[in-house]
Amino acid sequence: MSEARWAESGTSPERIEAALRELLRERHAADQSLVPARVLNLIVIADREWRGEVVNRLERLGEYHPSRTILCTVEPGRTSLDATATVHGDSSADGRVGVLRETVEIEAGQEHMSRIDTIIDPVIVHELPTVLWSPHSRDEAVEALLGMVDVILIDTDDPVNFDGPGAALRRAAELLESDVYVVDLSWLRTVPWRERLAGCFENPGRRPALETLKRIYVRYNPASVVSAILLVGWLASRLGWDPGTLDQAPGGAFVGSARRADGAHVSLEFSPVPLATRGIAGVTVTGDAGFSLSLDRGPGGLAAREQRAGARPKQWRMFGTSRGEGGILGDGVRQALLRDGTYGPALRAARSFAP
Amino acid sequence: MDLERLALENPLIDGLERLPVRSTVLVIFGAMGDLASRKLLPAIYNLAHEGSLPERIELIGISRGESSDERFRQHMRESVDRFSRRRPNVDVLDGLLENVRYVSGSFDDPDLYSRLREVLEAIDADFGGPVNRVFYLSTAPEFFPVITTALGEAGLNVAEDADVRVVIEKPIGYDLASARIQNEAALRHFDESQIFRIDHYLGKETVQNVMALRFANALFEPFWNRNFVDHVQITAAEDIGVGTRAGYYEGSGALRDLVQNHMLQLLALLTMEPPTAFEANRLRDEKVKVLEAIVPPRLDEVASMAVRAQYAPGVVSGVECAGYLEEPGVAERSRTETYAALKLYVSNWRWAGVPFYLRTGKRLARKLTEIAVTLRPVPHLAFNTTGNSGVQPNQVVLTVQPDEGVSVSLGAKIPGTKMAIRPVNMEFHYGTSFMSESPEAYERLIMDAMRGDATLFTRNDEVEALWAIIDPILAAWRADESSPIPQYAAGSAGPNAADELLDGCAWRRL
Repeated sequence: MSEARWAESGTSPERIEAALRELLRERHAADQSLVPARVLNLIVIADREWRGEVVNRLERLGEYHPSRTILCTVEPGRTSLDATATVHGDSSADGRVGVLRETVEIEAGQEHMSRIDTIIDPVIVHELPTVLWSPHSRDEAVEALLGMVDVILIDTDDPVNFDGPGAALRRAAELLESDVYVVDLSWLRTVPWRERLAGCFENPGRRPALETLKRIYVRYNPASVVSAILLVGWLASRLGWDPGTLDQAPGGAFVGSARRADGAHVSLEFSPVPLATRGIAGVTVTGDAGFSLSLDRGPGGLAAREQRAGARPKQWRMFGTSRGEGGILGDGVRQALLRDGTYGPALRAARSFAP
Repeated sequence: MDLERLALENPLIDGLERLPVRSTVLVIFGAMGDLASRKLLPAIYNLAHEGSLPERIELIGISRGESSDERFRQHMRESVDRFSRRRPNVDVLDGLLENVRYVSGSFDDPDLYSRLREVLEAIDADFGGPVNRVFYLSTAPEFFPVITTALGEAGLNVAEDADVRVVIEKPIGYDLASARIQNEAALRHFDESQIFRIDHYLGKETVQNVMALRFANALFEPFWNRNFVDHVQITAAEDIGVGTRAGYYEGSGALRDLVQNHMLQLLALLTMEPPTAFEANRLRDEKVKVLEAIVPPRLDEVASMAVRAQYAPGVVSGVECAGYLEEPGVAERSRTETYAALKLYVSNWRWAGVPFYLRTGKRLARKLTEIAVTLRPVPHLAFNTTGNSGVQPNQVVLTVQPDEGVSVSLGAKIPGTKMAIRPVNMEFHYGTSFMSESPEAYERLIMDAMRGDATLFTRNDEVEALWAIIDPILAAWRADESSPIPQYAAGSAGPNAADELLDGCAWRRL
């Protein structure tokens, strides 16, 4: 591991940028096989008191570690900027290049937030995509930075930052209307479920059942109601359903309905269930003529169960490991380089459902 | 939503990064062999681990040796433990192994195919309908026609309401005539659209990146032609020797092992015209067109267009190494080449007159696969020539391994009071610009075969066009039984004779 570090109290963005340039020059001079990674900038705006937790999550990004991470922690009452800059990477064997990554930590005060863009802008690598993550919903800083970022990472499941699913989805829709691309971690929690459901209906014998779906039942971790709503929003947007509204039911559940393209009614049910990790626990889609398909989390993948009229139920396993909450942020960073055009329509449908 | 469209297309797949695949039975012939153990079985596990496999998957291993479901499962577990690129998850592996069966039998025994049919029908019944079938021939090439013929005669080449595909490993033949025989045997029972001929090289991310680089950037196209390109060098150098593969290598040699497939594929991707779509037949049409534009050398031209050699004892990375003839399993008077270099021309409007130099060898100075495109020198150097000895023609170098990327050499002023110039490099390293680990080539290709996407597989006419280039060289070398095979010291850059192929330029340093 090759690492060089710089720190300064009462510093300025220009001093930080100069220090980064010098650290990179030093590292490269010491070992010419070390070259800077150039994937993306990740800007993180976090409350100072939660710094440790955020740093832990960033450390778990593993292979999805961005090129330059700028962690800006906000401390009430602070008026000056303190900063550290670290350049680190592994020299590689076999004549391959070693990749250097850069981490900048800036300690700022609340008073810096409204113009945080003027502090961050000189420190980013300008030709790279820039991703913003504000885990503690520092909206003032987010608004200041929106003009200079390409992607914003949000988590509409985060109960700390949103007053219910409706508020979370509304904020996502607002961001979607700006010029930035939105990567919603709640949406990413639905990826395996969307892939598996799509895969099940790739079977031409089962495809016609899509036209006749009349009940969707989603089980989810109580902290992931937005993921559950987004999953059904996705089905509604893909299948051309007209979404209705959801009502609260006993036990924290929700019930609602949608109307299919042929005018038929689709019943929607959402139930919180005990689940060690955030996300969806299971989904059942039911159609006419006795068809139903259930997918539920199980060891080594999803347990699938299919029922058709007049036939005995079939059960099998769809393989795959859960990436877990530890992997979701890394996946979010990776998704920043891709584009998914189905999130917007799913979000619109989900907003119609959302209580 | 248009209900008619809904019935035809799956509306749920839009926007998914991984496209779903229909439930499939994957039948591996040669399931206990080296390729299956090292590559295929670990690749299937990794696909399961990532959740990429179809909704339902069954794996049937077929081999000549007597074994049982349980022993084959144990074999697969050991292969995955040993060769998987990630540590196996016990739950995933145990679950996958429950879907694994073994059928033993001789590949030419009709009874094998009767028993296979019974197993396949039982799976169809269990799944509640016909399931796609992929027959993967991971056997010695002489069994390819035997197996495709037997599958056809047993009626296993088609299935009602399901797709049947056959994956054939390289080498497809050992010369043009045998490749044609293999193609004819396969096409007797399978349609070309059902046949997936694997060259795993095409599954490598960096090889596919050659197409991205050429066809997603306007930068290169203006000079990617005879008006600006002086010559091209394609190198596939290995630092290892023949190792334990002497049995295979003695019958193959460098020309068949790497040039006929991997290196000519690189040449085709480098020189073909842009396809109108990244779709199997459009891409392969363009490759075939450019391969057919490569004029094979006449027998009397071979000596001036191709060089072969064998490695002699030497030192690689500080370690003394035996020469090829001293390697275990190599014939005492073997004439098998461990090094081959060629000069080829692509006779079409774009490339006429531009020499393409290809070289490959074992026990060379280092492991390196690259394509170097050297442009013509500037027509007039305006600066004082004093101190400008560093002015070199620009080069675009695409490195496939070990350090995937692209570099462009430029002339730049040396700081100082004089206008002195030296070449500098502008570099892009694949590893610095993307975060995720590339999938193994076999993982990508197995999924493509199950999905029916033949874009990265070789079509029958493409295989024959590849052999047509190589055949005269093989024939000339075979006919020459007396000339000594040139030697090169292990750890060197190859034989001196290869330098003579180049017209006034030099091989790039390894």
